[in-house]
Amino acid sequence: MVKFEDVWLRYRHPARQGDAEAEALRGISFEIPDGGFRWLTGPSGAGKTSLLKLIYLAEHPVRGRIEILGTEAAKISRRDAALLRRRIGVVYQDFRLLPQLSAYDNVALPMRLARRNETQVHADVTEILRWVGLEARLNARPDELSGGEQQRIAIARAVVARPKLLVADEPTGNLDDDQAFRLMHLITALNQLGTTVVVATHNTELVKRYPAPRLDIEHGRLTHAD
Amino acid sequence: MRTEPRHRADYLGLREALGDRLLPVLVAAMSFLAALAMAGALASATLAARWQQDATAQLTIQVPQPQAPSADGKTPRLAAVLAALQAMPDVASPQEMSPQSVSALISPWLGADPAALGLALPGVISAHWTGATPPDALGPALAKLSPGTLVQTGALWAGRVAALTTSLQGCAAAVLIIVALVAAAVVAVATRSGLAQRRETVTLIYALGALDGDIAARFAARITLLTFAGAAAGAVLALPVLAWLAALAAPFAGPAQIADSYNLPPALLIALPGLPVVAAGIGWGTAQLTVRGWLRNLP
Ligand SMILES: Nc1ncnc2c1ncn2[C@@H]1O[C@H](COP(=O)(O)OP(=O)(O)O)[C@@H](O)[C@H]1O
Ligand SMILES: [Mg+2]
Repeated sequence: MVKFEDVWLRYRHPARQGDAEAEALRGISFEIPDGGFRWLTGPSGAGKTSLLKLIYLAEHPVRGRIEILGTEAAKISRRDAALLRRRIGVVYQDFRLLPQLSAYDNVALPMRLARRNETQVHADVTEILRWVGLEARLNARPDELSGGEQQRIAIARAVVARPKLLVADEPTGNLDDDQAFRLMHLITALNQLGTTVVVATHNTELVKRYPAPRLDIEHGRLTHAD
Repeated sequence: MRTEPRHRADYLGLREALGDRLLPVLVAAMSFLAALAMAGALASATLAARWQQDATAQLTIQVPQPQAPSADGKTPRLAAVLAALQAMPDVASPQEMSPQSVSALISPWLGADPAALGLALPGVISAHWTGATPPDALGPALAKLSPGTLVQTGALWAGRVAALTTSLQGCAAAVLIIVALVAAAVVAVATRSGLAQRRETVTLIYALGALDGDIAARFAARITLLTFAGAAAGAVLALPVLAWLAALAAPFAGPAQIADSYNLPPALLIALPGLPVVAAGIGWGTAQLTVRGWLRNLP
């Protein structure tokens, strides 16, 4: 379960000055049950990435209470936070692939951090690469891959360790329509297997095509929550 | 055809980020200095021990009015004192210094012919003390035979040599501490530069759930390797220099050791291999602290 109660976020060096605008998120409250799916929609700069960062423990709120997978985020040790992060798969808006590693090693990273044995790593990574259609490109470095291929590697890395919660920030941004729908197919498949999913997007076409409960955000405020 | 993955174990790319040749070179220089400081401290202690022995053992006995009759009234004082010294088991080779050598000894102060000044020169006997305890009772015993007899030992010099040795060892300890601190600073700077170069990688694997300890251990392992190698190189480079210094010092260390110009103090031969180990320890600890401190700033 993901639960926000009156959550406020203020960046230490806010991009926009002024009293009312200083907070990136203001009074956010919502709840996503285990196995749920949510679109997170809103115009650029609304605070979608900021909200996702709070979910995947990359920022701390200045106020409010956040509960992720049954754990209250403010109350855990650094070690437990790291262990909790391993249960959350994240597709970053800018992918964040490691340039010095091959596609295979990038995808293997979460499993190796969790100290899985190499046989298991090999089995799962090859399977997931086949799933995103990149099994032939496993020795390619990120700079040898197209934007769409990099995005699929980023998605493979996010799901390879079978996270309980998947968070994707504009995951279709670099994909053509065909690839985007293919990707959504993968994500909904995971969701049907029990993973809780939050996908941020400003692609209204995609939202129409895959109807699901929505969290709408504007100027840091939640304007609609299913 | 199936494509087989080629695995890269160094996934932080630390071989490049900490591939800097400056760190091992600086650590080698520190280790070289540490080796010299240790050798200096050990050598001064060894030489001082010898000199101290010699100096305490040297006895100079001054007998005023050497020709006046001694306490027994028969023999002259100088002869009586000499005979008494010869009879003592703890005194070796007592020898009367000829009036010429006494004159020669004091001529810088009193001119070529002190006798011409009408001064009564004392008789002087040199001897070696072989007793285990200091010859404190010797003076009073001789003074009974011949009033005013003075016994001088090298104790004053021995004390000065001891003080000098202590300060030399203090300096060496200070050098070692400073060298260790500089080495730690060099490691901290190299680690921070490695973190800065791998900032994106480190923050990513942190976000993927790497423990602080895991990340710190990877940096520390690499740093430990570099500092160990650097310090080992420094210690090896110091060896010929130390052997050369040992050869120079050999004549002062006593005749038994002149023959072998390679002899280094055994304590040094034990301490030198310790240098890379200590350097690696400093590297490991500093890297751990630096990385963990840096990670604490991440959310
Ligand atoms: N690291 C940051 N430091 C300061 N301000 C930020 C930072 N990240 C985002 N912001 C600001 O917070 C607001 C919301 O940004 P963001 O969450 O990225 O929106 P979205 O993802 O919906 O486009 C914007 O005004 C943005 O300028
Ligand atoms: Mg965004």
